Amino acid sequence: MNRAVYLFILPGFLWYVVFHYLPILGNVIAFKDYSIFIGIRESPWVGLQNFRDILTDPAFEVALRNTLIIEGLQLLFAFPAPLALALLLNSLINERVKRGIQSVVYLPHFLSWVIVIAIWQQLFGGDGFLNQILLNRGFEPVNIMNNPDIFKPLVVLQTIWKDAGWGTIIFLAALTKIDAQLYEAAVIDGAGGWRRLINITLPGIRSVIVLLLILRLGSMLTVGFEQYFLQRGVGAEAAEVLDTFVYFRGVVNGDWSFAAAVGLVRAIFGAVMIFAANWLAKRFFDEGIF
Amino acid sequence: MATAETTNPRPDPAVFADAAPRRRRPSSRPPWMEETPVWLTVLKSVVLAVIVLMMLLPFLHVFAVSFSSYKDVLGGGLILFPRSPTLAAYEAIFNGGIVVRALQVSIGLTLFGTLAQMIFTTTMAWGLSRPGVPGSRALLFVVLGALLIAPGIIPSYLLIKELGLLNNYAALIVPGLISSFNLVIVRQFFMNLPQELIDSARIDGASEWRVFWNIALPLSKAVLAVVALFYAVAIWNSFFNAILYLQDSTKWPIQLVLRQYVLQGSDLANAADTASNQPLPPAKTLQMAIVAVATVPILIVYPFLQKYFTRGVLTGAIKG
Repeated sequence: MNRAVYLFILPGFLWYVVFHYLPILGNVIAFKDYSIFIGIRESPWVGLQNFRDILTDPAFEVALRNTLIIEGLQLLFAFPAPLALALLLNSLINERVKRGIQSVVYLPHFLSWVIVIAIWQQLFGGDGFLNQILLNRGFEPVNIMNNPDIFKPLVVLQTIWKDAGWGTIIFLAALTKIDAQLYEAAVIDGAGGWRRLINITLPGIRSVIVLLLILRLGSMLTVGFEQYFLQRGVGAEAAEVLDTFVYFRGVVNGDWSFAAAVGLVRAIFGAVMIFAANWLAKRFFDEGIF
Repeated sequence: MATAETTNPRPDPAVFADAAPRRRRPSSRPPWMEETPVWLTVLKSVVLAVIVLMMLLPFLHVFAVSFSSYKDVLGGGLILFPRSPTLAAYEAIFNGGIVVRALQVSIGLTLFGTLAQMIFTTTMAWGLSRPGVPGSRALLFVVLGALLIAPGIIPSYLLIKELGLLNNYAALIVPGLISSFNLVIVRQFFMNLPQELIDSARIDGASEWRVFWNIALPLSKAVLAVVALFYAVAIWNSFFNAILYLQDSTKWPIQLVLRQYVLQGSDLANAADTASNQPLPPAKTLQMAIVAVATVPILIVYPFLQKYFTRGVLTGAIKG
């Protein structure tokens, strides 16, 4: 046995303990009335008071509702978008064209949200490109980027623009694994393109779809931070999600224990959802991740 | 919608100038596949061309505006090519100090941060990739568990505060030293290195460190390059940690300065400066110049990233 191997593991292990698992223990402040001046240890215990407060907090209700609506829209539109794009790309025969398109559609994934929103602002903002054209032609300008009524679909569109291309990678990898002989046999049996899609392609990548859906449900209450934080000018009523809520309540307003309680509820809910989705997937599709 | 059928689309040649094949190759259409109907080929080409334009035109527009003169911007409308290109906006922001300092901060953080991340990630990945080490399975669960349970914003913030790292650049690097995902990719690659080579080095008396440094790392250049690029892009783009831990705005990296001047519309006279007495270029061009300088580093490394992930370095490792 080579003891030196442990020396390789040690620095990383210590990092995980201090910067990942130790803060998880810090969630005890959710059961305390934590004050930054007297520290975690000395702050008094308050039992479940912070959790009871969550139920009656109107701002929390808004943040939870926004999060659920946005997640619903994401599941409906942003989740299938990469699948559709992957099927389209997969149907291209010319490898060079396919790779050229891939390299274009992956690109926005690597840009920060600040850049993405700056670009959208430039195109669709108050004095952006679209409104300048409208004004020049004598039309009324339209309010897209700062309109609480359409904020949610807008942020879903931004997500699709940024990440749908990148999302195709995993589907494309799965599509190449499908046995080409299946298609050949289906053609001999007289199956057209549509039937081959329904009966071979989609079942062939079912396990990947189920896997991604399970992971997705686990992070159901985590829809992101930056895109909402950056566009919060549209009003908290429309743009506040749980992540930004925790940040503003805790870090900005100093309501540490309450914010930690919200974070904890969310983490536990996420874990429960992952196990529940996994159980359902095993039961109905005979697939699962563990 | 898309089907399993295949086609040879003939997209807009202007867009696909690079991608179009220079000479006709034998078709890779499988023999069993029927010819695609023309309407479907046209439909697919149009859809793909629209998608590609939606991704490319915004960038072109941003760069065009950043090079535009007053006259071009006032004219409004679709600017894809500045009619009278000028470097005025870039001169102004590079003379102004704030953007230059933010760029220096971001470059420094990216270089040091990526180096530190690579050291922590590769050493631990190597340790966990060696066969027959007692306890290594449990240690691997420490890594994988981190993918399932995140510590949360509040406790992470309190930890950094307790450590006295608020307003310190270390707070932007240390909490993200290892990404479990990247570690698993590197470990998988190390596990597949030829064992005979490592054994023979051992027999020749090489220490664990020598095997790691002189054999494992050089053999893994491709995967290390792609992981390093992923880390570097993430630090360059990092926003949340900076907003969380850096209250002092003079320490801000480029992403925060970008938000301040482009999204929040802070007065650009502070960020820009013209050495002479010329009037400041229009705000729009200054803003787009800041967006452009924050984007260019990504565009520069992108082809390298692209080269590796299309080869399946990543997808291969994820499967493992």
